[in-house]
Amino acid sequence: MAASDVKVLGMWSCPYVNRAQLALSIKSTEYEFIEENTLQKSDKLLKYNPVHKKIPVLIHGDKSVCESCIIVEYIADAFATGPRILPSDAYDRALARFWTAYIDDKWYPLVKVLRQSDDEEERKSLVQKLSEGLILLEEAFIGCSKGMAYFGGDSIGYLDIILGSCLAWLRVTEKVVGVELMDPTKAPQLAKWAERLCSDDRVKAVFPSIDRLMELHELIQAFLKSSK
Amino acid sequence: MEVRLHGMWASPYVIRVIWALKLKGVEYEYIEEDLSDKSMAVLEYNPVHKKVPVLVHNGKPVVESAVILQYIEDTWPDKTPLLPEDPYERAMARFWIDFGQQKSLTYFAFFLTSEEDKHKTAAQVLETLKILEEEALGDKKFFGGNTINMVDLFFGWLAYSFGCMEHISGVQVLLPETLPRLHQWTLDFKQEHAIKENLPDSTALLEHFKRVTKRLKSSSNKFKPT
Repeated sequence: MAASDVKVLGMWSCPYVNRAQLALSIKSTEYEFIEENTLQKSDKLLKYNPVHKKIPVLIHGDKSVCESCIIVEYIADAFATGPRILPSDAYDRALARFWTAYIDDKWYPLVKVLRQSDDEEERKSLVQKLSEGLILLEEAFIGCSKGMAYFGGDSIGYLDIILGSCLAWLRVTEKVVGVELMDPTKAPQLAKWAERLCSDDRVKAVFPSIDRLMELHELIQAFLKSSK
Repeated sequence: MEVRLHGMWASPYVIRVIWALKLKGVEYEYIEEDLSDKSMAVLEYNPVHKKVPVLVHNGKPVVESAVILQYIEDTWPDKTPLLPEDPYERAMARFWIDFGQQKSLTYFAFFLTSEEDKHKTAAQVLETLKILEEEALGDKKFFGGNTINMVDLFFGWLAYSFGCMEHISGVQVLLPETLPRLHQWTLDFKQEHAIKENLPDSTALLEHFKRVTKRLKSSSNKFKPT
């Protein structure tokens, strides 16, 4: 499949976009990356995602797929090359989908709230919730990996992509707030998994650097303060 | 029994699982849960969310209705497919299910609306249903085409419990004049055998929703429209 047939509309710093990029990379599928400015949505974005008007959007030929989890499942289904992304066993797939919903609906949204919070009490409460969540995710990792390197087993799979994409902003939040959320004493397996995942070449090529994200965070904070 | 479902008779999340099991011809044992006094089974099988539905298959629990429906489809793929085979069509089905989930606060806001906000919340619901009618249903009989699929099961609550919300709030939204195709879909959906045979009693349901709205309205204001 030629690179021009597959496009990703997104922003380099968006974890949901990184999911689509990593999934395509695992499937050894070339694609064109089109950088969007979400402060000024392009005609392309409005055309290919008229319902939500958000990134990421995967454009495959003349079709578009929206919502990061749906995009990753689509990539898993549509591209035959490369390793499986979703587990072959139906129950393992259910577990992966369950934890994805937990991460996206309950856990990850708290990371941004924490990073942008000025209130000491609120920060304490969020750190507590995030840490408790990470202990659940540690158990999830032990259950899903079955002694192997990744949530997906011996290769990077669906849940690795979903949770992995959250790591960069998690690290930035740790720096901003001055707290170690992914504590290797409380979640040792997860901490090792994170290190292992982030040292994979395909992951390194897609996930943004912490330094670059810190700069972006500072810009966003300045913008938010000036617009108050 | 190999398959057990822990549920609550009035829950739209539970009923879509029942419909899926019936369509697939899967035999199961149903256990009615008292949500004010959850059984040890629910707490043990769903420690993260402590909610129903919980599907237990060969001793292993699956929770969250969207995950359960996908699990049922993956485990019993041969009878009555609930998702298209084509990857793009499958992605579109998932997209509309996700759309419904993303709009749940809009529906709750209407469900729990105050007298002064009822037209505003109703208008917000109407907007989402117009998108559904135009983009997801189109000119098809069902969301799944000529036969029902997972998207129909997900929006099935519109065909039977949405009427209760309209009754309680005092505003009708899903009318043949405003949403002709979606309205027709509600009639066609309820005619399907597996659905018709598995709908809660409408009088009991309305009484249940009246009790629930009274309880929720007196306890918090968290569903105010934005």
